[in-house]
Amino acid sequence: MPNFLRLYIIAALCLLLATLVFGVLATWAFLYPETYNEFLPFYQLRPFHVSAALFWIITGALGSIVYYKNTLLPQEKRYNYTERIFIYLWLTTIAAIFLCYAFKKFGGREYWEFPPVLCAPLLVSWLIAMFSYFSDSLVMGKERKPMYIWMWSTGIFFFLLTFIEQNLWQLPWFRYSYLREITVQWKANGSMVGAWNQMIYGTSLFLMVKISGDETIANNKTAFLFYMLGLTNLMFNWGHHIYNVPAASWIRSTSYMISMTEWIFLIRIIQGFKSKLQERKKHRHLITYRFIIASEFWVFMNLLLALAMSIPAINRYTHGTHITVAHAMGTTIGINTMILLGSFSYILDIDYKSSIIKKSISFSYWISQYGLLLFWLSLIGAGIMKAHQATVLNINSFQQIMAPVIPFIKLFSIAGIALAIGIGIIAVIYIYYTFNSTKPIN
Amino acid sequence: MFRSWLALFIAFVIYSCMVYSYCDKRSVSDSIPPPHALAGWKTWQSKNCQACHQLYGLGGYLGPDLTNVTADTNKNEIYFSAFIKYGTGKMPNFHLNDSEINNLISFLYWINKSGKSKVDKEKVTWSGNYNIEK
Repeated sequence: MPNFLRLYIIAALCLLLATLVFGVLATWAFLYPETYNEFLPFYQLRPFHVSAALFWIITGALGSIVYYKNTLLPQEKRYNYTERIFIYLWLTTIAAIFLCYAFKKFGGREYWEFPPVLCAPLLVSWLIAMFSYFSDSLVMGKERKPMYIWMWSTGIFFFLLTFIEQNLWQLPWFRYSYLREITVQWKANGSMVGAWNQMIYGTSLFLMVKISGDETIANNKTAFLFYMLGLTNLMFNWGHHIYNVPAASWIRSTSYMISMTEWIFLIRIIQGFKSKLQERKKHRHLITYRFIIASEFWVFMNLLLALAMSIPAINRYTHGTHITVAHAMGTTIGINTMILLGSFSYILDIDYKSSIIKKSISFSYWISQYGLLLFWLSLIGAGIMKAHQATVLNINSFQQIMAPVIPFIKLFSIAGIALAIGIGIIAVIYIYYTFNSTKPIN
Repeated sequence: MFRSWLALFIAFVIYSCMVYSYCDKRSVSDSIPPPHALAGWKTWQSKNCQACHQLYGLGGYLGPDLTNVTADTNKNEIYFSAFIKYGTGKMPNFHLNDSEINNLISFLYWINKSGKSKVDKEKVTWSGNYNIEK
């Protein structure tokens, strides 16, 4: 494996480890702010955690795409030099972002809490990545493409659009109305999640094709229909973030209507449950496959939650509570992280390693799954308590609202440690094998 | 395939332009922030206030939602000022000067004018949607 591809994987896994460490510290800072305010306050830990998580997902997704795209190219066209420039510039900017956080220099935007000047090198590096990706005939040629190429292309393209949209607030006109500013901000944030999901679900589809050896999975009409449905949701289903904002009502109605198409995904998962069971019996010895199955379980669980939150009458209770956090963390850990860990185990040939390594990963995998379940349920519990206090009982005092929530946050903190241990062990093993990988791209 | 994609993309571009232009139906004079509020907004961002507080339920959950904090008749500018200046056990002291504190308070007054963060029960319609447009 060329060194620059090693760098993609190692950097992504180090960002994952940073996410876990800062995440655990942030839960303690949330519970004991008086102690943490002295040396590492919550308002400093949260950006470290959020940015590390965001960059883990994007770097991991793009690293997987770059790797798989190279496996599909003929030898002489591999290792485009722009792929190297991207990763160096991208990682340097991430290092600068963490340095800003260390010195308490913030930009104060949700998900993008660093000074906005650092958006410029991120934008340039993404344009380089796009140039590298779209300059290949594999992507731009006229022949029919498998659906994972469409998904990767869509994800990479829409990440650029939403990233630019996320920065529109820097134009004075967008700041002249807070309703406009917050609507556009969450339009961009919501669609951006859809964009990276396209990159990651495309990777999951690619892996399923490789595991099963069945190319028709990525070339049939159903795959096309579900891709189009996913794309429609990416474009128009972001309004649940701002249902309570008194912006134009057609924005709310459009999102509500589009979000209800997610029932089709849910019905499809339930319909495919039996065939999945048979498939599972066939492939369950594969570590890569286990991660994909875990992600499908979490898609189901989070889809139930998303459907509930998309109904404004229910959103009235869940908005601004930890149920929103459960959904955000449930999807980024349960879906995105699981698929990316599955992708890395495929790249690193983990299924061909010694049985002790496979047993260690398997053991850590189960710790992370049970840890995540407890983590997710405790957040939902915290959210229900907060909704009950704030919306049902209509209590105004913040102290009173939070009093019954805190025990759930303590449980969440313990589950977070288990989750961090489980995923952390897997990440460390993968880093070790990436350093020592002698595997050629094939 | 590409045609379907393009049709959807065109719909997306048109919808995005509509969102930018028409999401806020208030007149410009009603929505535009006064200079102090604009300066307060900068302080809000540079001190990363949204990491702990929410506006319209969006942000961190360590502190309360501040969208309509200035609408509370039991609290006044002196109260807000003291709170921000000295911090509390949970909220650190950010060592802001008086001008920064006043700007921050102006920002919160301006946010309050934009609408209510909490949706009243009566605003929920038969379809499960709300009717809260300004």
